[in-house]
Amino acid sequence: MAHINVPEGVPGIRSLVMFRPETGKPLYDLAQVLLRGTSPLSEAERELIAAYVSHRNACGFCRDSHAAAARCLYGEDAGTVDAVLNDMERSGVSDKLKSLLNIAGKVQILGKEVSPEDVEKAREQGATDREIHDAVLIAATFSMFNRYVDGLASWTPEDPETYAAMGKRMAEKGYVAPKPE
Amino acid sequence: MNHNTKTNVMAHIDLNNEFPGIRGPMGFRPETARPLNELAELLLRDDNNTLSRGDRELIGTYVSYLNDCFFCQNVHGALAGHYMQCNLDQMNAIKKDPSGAPISEKMKSLLSIAGSVQKGGKHVTTGQIDAARQVGATDREIHDTVLIAAAFCMFNRYVDGLGTWAPQDMNYYVERAPRRAEEGYLDFDLAK
Repeated sequence: MAHINVPEGVPGIRSLVMFRPETGKPLYDLAQVLLRGTSPLSEAERELIAAYVSHRNACGFCRDSHAAAARCLYGEDAGTVDAVLNDMERSGVSDKLKSLLNIAGKVQILGKEVSPEDVEKAREQGATDREIHDAVLIAATFSMFNRYVDGLASWTPEDPETYAAMGKRMAEKGYVAPKPE
Repeated sequence: MNHNTKTNVMAHIDLNNEFPGIRGPMGFRPETARPLNELAELLLRDDNNTLSRGDRELIGTYVSYLNDCFFCQNVHGALAGHYMQCNLDQMNAIKKDPSGAPISEKMKSLLSIAGSVQKGGKHVTTGQIDAARQVGATDREIHDTVLIAAAFCMFNRYVDGLGTWAPQDMNYYVERAPRRAEEGYLDFDLAK
């Protein structure tokens, strides 16, 4: 049971946003602009960064929903997502994406963990300022979402099919805040 | 010394501006700045809230202190001090030991929850929630405490993860606080 009186049977952040729609709006707007707005990073890559940070924060709801969205967006390369979550360094993603995931992993620990060398390495692999910015803000944002979802003990479904359906909706429709009850 | 002088190292990326702290990346990327500022306004300043502005700024300050984010803890510490009418020394004492500070039992219980959120969402215990309820905290107050703490775990990482610079003179923060309190987080001029 959640720590506060949120609607029953509604999973994760959706239940929290139904409890408090006022703050839900900028949260969903932020997710939409960060993960679906214009960016030199693909939507699949951005969802993957979100899933990777959520995985490191052990937030099952955010990890499984954003991993499912990333799988949809990667299409026939859906296996990339699980490869990165299992062992990022040994996965088949580009060296540039690895360097951005490395930065995201540092941000997950704390902002100050990002070193000039981490950034230099990303630049050597061709990452632009804008890509580094987006990787840092996605990682920071999921450090918030993960804490919001778990800090209030919102409901985390366990059925993989639930997440597959959620991921499909996220990939196709993006982030639209649920209507309050 | 002009305390606006940029003395620190460059940010990790070229932000195309020299604004300090979060204002640098907000100037770099206005599309994401908009919902970030809307969130700050609703959480920290909107008066439709049973937690005072001072209470909410104090939660943001405490989490920023735990995350060792110099810019955020001083901006929001100055705002909390402005609302609570306490000076820098008093604010530092509250950050270091909230449980021994002259604040309400309810705020102590909420700061304890915020401190757990800073470590990770799963660190919040039902015991902490029950303790907060026993001293009068409502569901909405517990919700806002958790979201403010979570939001500062984002803001702090955004500010430090990009290696932004921060003025070192404490007066900079104290002098700016009344205007930020007055103007709020929406539609302010990044350059001022």
